[in-house]
Amino acid sequence: MAHGEYLKESYPSVKNILLLDSEGKRVAVKYFSDDWPTLAAKLSFEKSLFTKTAKTNARSEAEITMFDSYIVVYKFVQDLHFFVTAGSDENELILAAVLQGFFDAVGLLLRNDVEKRTALENLDLILLCIDEIVDGGIILETDANTIAGKVATNGSDNTVTFSEQTLSQAFATAREHLARSLLN
Amino acid sequence: MAQPLVKKDDDGDDEMDYSPFLGIEKGAVLQEARAFHDPQLDARRCSQVITKLLYLLNQGETFTKVEATEVFFAVTKLFQSKDTGLRRMVYLIIKELSPSNDEVIIVTSSLMKDMNSKTDMYRANAIRVLCRITDGTLLTQIERYLKQAIVDKNPVVASAALVSGIHLLQTNPEIVKRWSNEVQEAVQSRAALVQFHALALLHQIRQNDRLAVSKLVTSLTKGSVRSPLAQCLLIRYTSQVIRETNNSQSGERPFFDFLESCLRHKAEMVIFEAARAITELTGVTNRELTPAITVLQLFLSSSKPVLRFAAVRTLNKVAMTHPLAVTNCNIDMESLISDQNRSIATLAITTLLKTGNESSVDRLMKQITNFMSDIADEFKIVVVEAIRSLCLKFPLKYRSLMNFLSNILREEGGFEYKKAIVDSIVILIRDIPDAKENGLIHLCEFIEDCEFTYLSTQILHFLGNEGPKTSDPSKYIRYIYNRVILENATVRAAAVSTLAKFGALVGSLKPRIFVLLRRCLFDIDDEVRDRATLYLNTLQGDDSIGETDNDVKEFLFGSLDVPLSNLETSLQNYEPSEEPFDISSVPKEVKSQPLTEKKAPGKVPTGLGAPISNPTPTVDAYEKLISSIPEFSSFGKLFKSSAPVELTEAETEYAVSVVKHIFDGHVVFQYNCTNTIPEQLLENVTVFVDASEAEEFSEVVLKPLRSLPYDSPGQTFVAFEKPEGVPAVGKFSNLLKFIVKEVDPATGEAEDEGVEDEYQLEDLEIVAADYILKVGVSNFRNAWESMDPDSERVDEYGLGARESLAEAVSAVINLLGMQPCEGTDVVPSNSRSHSCLLSGIFIGNVKVLVRLSFGIDGPKQVAMKLTVRSDDPAISDAIHEIVANG
Repeated sequence: MAHGEYLKESYPSVKNILLLDSEGKRVAVKYFSDDWPTLAAKLSFEKSLFTKTAKTNARSEAEITMFDSYIVVYKFVQDLHFFVTAGSDENELILAAVLQGFFDAVGLLLRNDVEKRTALENLDLILLCIDEIVDGGIILETDANTIAGKVATNGSDNTVTFSEQTLSQAFATAREHLARSLLN
Repeated sequence: MAQPLVKKDDDGDDEMDYSPFLGIEKGAVLQEARAFHDPQLDARRCSQVITKLLYLLNQGETFTKVEATEVFFAVTKLFQSKDTGLRRMVYLIIKELSPSNDEVIIVTSSLMKDMNSKTDMYRANAIRVLCRITDGTLLTQIERYLKQAIVDKNPVVASAALVSGIHLLQTNPEIVKRWSNEVQEAVQSRAALVQFHALALLHQIRQNDRLAVSKLVTSLTKGSVRSPLAQCLLIRYTSQVIRETNNSQSGERPFFDFLESCLRHKAEMVIFEAARAITELTGVTNRELTPAITVLQLFLSSSKPVLRFAAVRTLNKVAMTHPLAVTNCNIDMESLISDQNRSIATLAITTLLKTGNESSVDRLMKQITNFMSDIADEFKIVVVEAIRSLCLKFPLKYRSLMNFLSNILREEGGFEYKKAIVDSIVILIRDIPDAKENGLIHLCEFIEDCEFTYLSTQILHFLGNEGPKTSDPSKYIRYIYNRVILENATVRAAAVSTLAKFGALVGSLKPRIFVLLRRCLFDIDDEVRDRATLYLNTLQGDDSIGETDNDVKEFLFGSLDVPLSNLETSLQNYEPSEEPFDISSVPKEVKSQPLTEKKAPGKVPTGLGAPISNPTPTVDAYEKLISSIPEFSSFGKLFKSSAPVELTEAETEYAVSVVKHIFDGHVVFQYNCTNTIPEQLLENVTVFVDASEAEEFSEVVLKPLRSLPYDSPGQTFVAFEKPEGVPAVGKFSNLLKFIVKEVDPATGEAEDEGVEDEYQLEDLEIVAADYILKVGVSNFRNAWESMDPDSERVDEYGLGARESLAEAVSAVINLLGMQPCEGTDVVPSNSRSHSCLLSGIFIGNVKVLVRLSFGIDGPKQVAMKLTVRSDDPAISDAIHEIVANG
C-alpha cells in the first residue's frame, strides 16, 4: 500500500447513512462524501442499493454487501431499511458497530415502535441521532445508549447513563406532544 | 355487498400511506418560517417548522439562493429563545443550509457566545457548527477557545473540538498544528472516545514525521488504550511504522508482538483489524501469518454475516499470495459456498479455486455447478478462468473440469462468458493431450447451436488444425458440413476452409470431401464459392500448377510470412496496373508480434486464434532470471521489461545500466554492473535508491551483489512495491554502494580488508509508457469496431509550437509507448495534418487502441485530437491523463 492511499484510511470514515422505507424511498439520509455530487447520483445509488438488498433477510443479523466498490452494512426492521456505507478498504466490523449504534439508538428513541410512520413523526429525533453518530464522516459515537441520551437530553451531560426505562419515560410525554402538534 | 370497500377500510390503506408530511409544500413551509420573526417565539412550533424544512432538504428539495438566505436570516433570530430543544434544531439546520461567508458573520457572535456557555451541549454543538461554516480568518479569533475545548473536562465538548480539528486540518493546517500540546494531553484522556479522536488528530498532524509517529506508537502500545476504535487506529499506525522501517530484513519485526497480542483483544473489530494488518505486512512469513489465519478461520463460522464476509474477503486476498497458508480454512470455506449472502459465497468460491488441492476438485465442481446459475456473467467469467488454471495445475482432473466447462457452455450466457469458456477448452486441449478428443467433440456440439459468428469461425479454424490429427477425423465432418448448410456466409466460408484441411491431411477422406466441396460451388455467397473452387483446384493437384503435396499443406496451414497489417497497407497502396501485385514487396519488418483480435480482456495471450503471440526472447530470458530469485516469486507475472538504460557515462570506472521490470503491484530494478578496474574487487554491491520523488513506491527488497570482480558483469536488484494495477510514475536517484578491495595485479589476490565507498549514478524514471506493451493488431479497424464504443474517450490537446508534424507525432508515440499500426507513424513530408493509429496492452492485460489526428498551422502550432477505446473505460481515461500530463 502506498503512502498516498494510506492517508485516506488513517481513521475510519463513513460515506453515508441512509434510512429508507420498504419501497426504497427516503425517510432520512445523510451523505458525508462528495462521491455522489448530485441529487441524481445519490438517488440512483439509493435505488440500486435498495434493489440489490431488498430481497435479503437482514432482520435478525446485520447483512453486508460489496456494491460499486463500496462496503455497505444494513439491517431491516418492519418497513425501515438502515444502511451505512464506507469505502471498500474499511474495517467491516467498525461499520457494523456504527450501524448497530444507529439502529439501536433509533429503537430507544422510538421506544421500540420502529416503523416508517413513527420515524417520520419523530424525524427531528432521527436527524439529531444521525448528527450525533457521525460528523463529516468521522465516527462520533457508536454506543446506542449514549447516542440516544445525547439526542434526548440534548447532550448536556453524558455521565448520566441512559437506560431504556428512563428514556421511555422521558419520551412518553415529548413524543406524544410532538406527534399531536404535527398532526394539527 | 361492496366487499372491496369494506376490506379497504379494515386494512386501513389510508393509514398506511399516512405521513405527517403528506401534502407538504415548500412555499407553505417557507411561509410558516415567518414564525421565527415573532417577538413571542413559540419554541415548539419553531422546532416543527425546522423539522419540516429539514424534511424538504432531505427529500432532495432545493432552496433558491434567495429562499435559503431568507430562511437563514429567520433562523438566526431563534438564538433569542432559551429553549434547548429548539437550539439543537437551530444548530442542525444552520449546518444543512451551509451559509455563505457574508452570512456566517450574522451568527458568529451568537455561536461564540454559545461556545463559552455553561451548558456543555451548547459548547459542543456551537464548536461543531462554527468550525463547519467558518473560514480561516475567523478561526484565529476562536482558536483560543478551541484549544481550551480540546482539554475540556466534558468529553462531548472535547470530542467536538478534536473532530472539528481533523476537518480543519485539511483547510488550515498551520493553525491546527499549533494545538499539538493540547491534543497530546487529550490522547491521555480517560474518556474512551476523546482518546480515539485525539489519536486520530495527532496522527494526522504528525503523519509525515516518521520519528514522531514511531514515538507515538511506542508509548501507546505500552500504555492503555481505552476504546476498541482507538485500538484499531493504533494498529493502523503501528502497521505504518512497521512498513516504514523496512530495513529489518532479518530477525524479528518490530511491534509484531503488539499486533499479535491484539488478536486476543476482546473486541472483534480489534481482532479483525490486527489480523488484517498482519496479512498485509510486506513480505509476511508463514509463521507470522498463522495466528492471524487462525482467528479469521474462527470468524468464518460466525453467525454474523458481517464477520464471515470480513474474514473471507481477507483470506481471499491472502490466497493470492500465500495460497498454502489458507488451505487450513478450506473446510469452513466450502460450507460458505451455500451462504445466503452471495457476496460471501462468491468470495469463498474464488478463494477455494485458488487454494484447492487435487482431491477436493470433484467435490468443489459439484458445489460450483449449483452455484453458477444464480450469479452474474461477469463473475462466472472469473470462475471459468479460475477453473482453467486449476485444470492446468491438476491435469489428471481434466475430465471433471472439462465436463463442467462443457455443461456451462450449453447454458445461457453472453458472448464474453461463452468466449471465456471456449478459450479455456482450447487451452486445455492444447496443454493436456488426453483432453483433446473429448474437448473437440464438446466444441463441435457447441457450434451446432452457437449464436456467435466469431466463436463459430474461430472454433472451425481450430478444428481444421487439430481435427485431422485425431484417431477418427471422420466424426467431425458432419458437424462441419452442417455449418455449410445452416449458417451465415462468414461461418460457411470458414467451414469450407476447414473441410479442405481435412481433405489435405486425411487421404482416406479426400474423395468424400471433394463431393462436399463441389456442392459448395453452388453457394449464393461469392466468398464461399471462391474458396470451394480454390480448394478443389489445389487439392486435386491439377497439373496446371503442378504443386506437390507439401505445397498444398503449406498453402493451407502455413501462416503468412508478412504481417497482415503490412500486407493490408501494401494492398491499399497498390494501384491497378499491368504489373501484378507482388507479395514479396510487402515489408516484413515486424515491430512487435501482431496479436489476434480479442474482444474479451484476455488474461493470458492464449486461446483461440492461433498463432499465439510469442514474447520476445529477451523478455523470456528476463522472466526466467527474475523468477529464479525467490524474493520476487510472489510478485506474479512479469508484465514488461524495459530496454537497458545506461546510468553511467561511457568509459567510467564502473559501468551500470538498469532494466526496469514491471509487475502488477511491484517494480524491480535490475542493475547490471561492470567493474572496469583490474586492481579492484568490489563486494557487497548495492544500489541505494532514493525514492522521495516517487511517492507511490516503497522499497521492499534489496538484493546485493556479493562480489564484482574485474570485467565480469553482475547484477544487483532493488524491488519496490506500488499500488496494484496503477501506472504510478516517479523519479529515483541512485547511489552505487560497495566495499572495495585492492587486488594485486601480479597474483590476482584481493586484500582481506576493504573500504566502503560509493559512486553516484544517474537518475532513473518510471514513466507511463513503462506500463504499456507495444502490441500491434492485424486489422486496426476491425479491432476498433469490436471495442465497446462506450469505452471511447475523446479530447483535444494543444501541443504548442513544434519543429514539424513528424516530430510531434513521434513525441506522442514515445510518450504513450504504444505500437503504431499500419505504418501510420510515418508522416509524409509537407503534410499539414496526419492520422496515426496506435495499439497496445496496458498493465492488467487491458487492450487499448488509440486514434490520433494531428494538425499543424502556420507558426508550427500543433493541435491533436485523441480518441481512445479500451477494454476498460478507466484505462481510456488513464491514457488521456498520460497525454494531459505529458
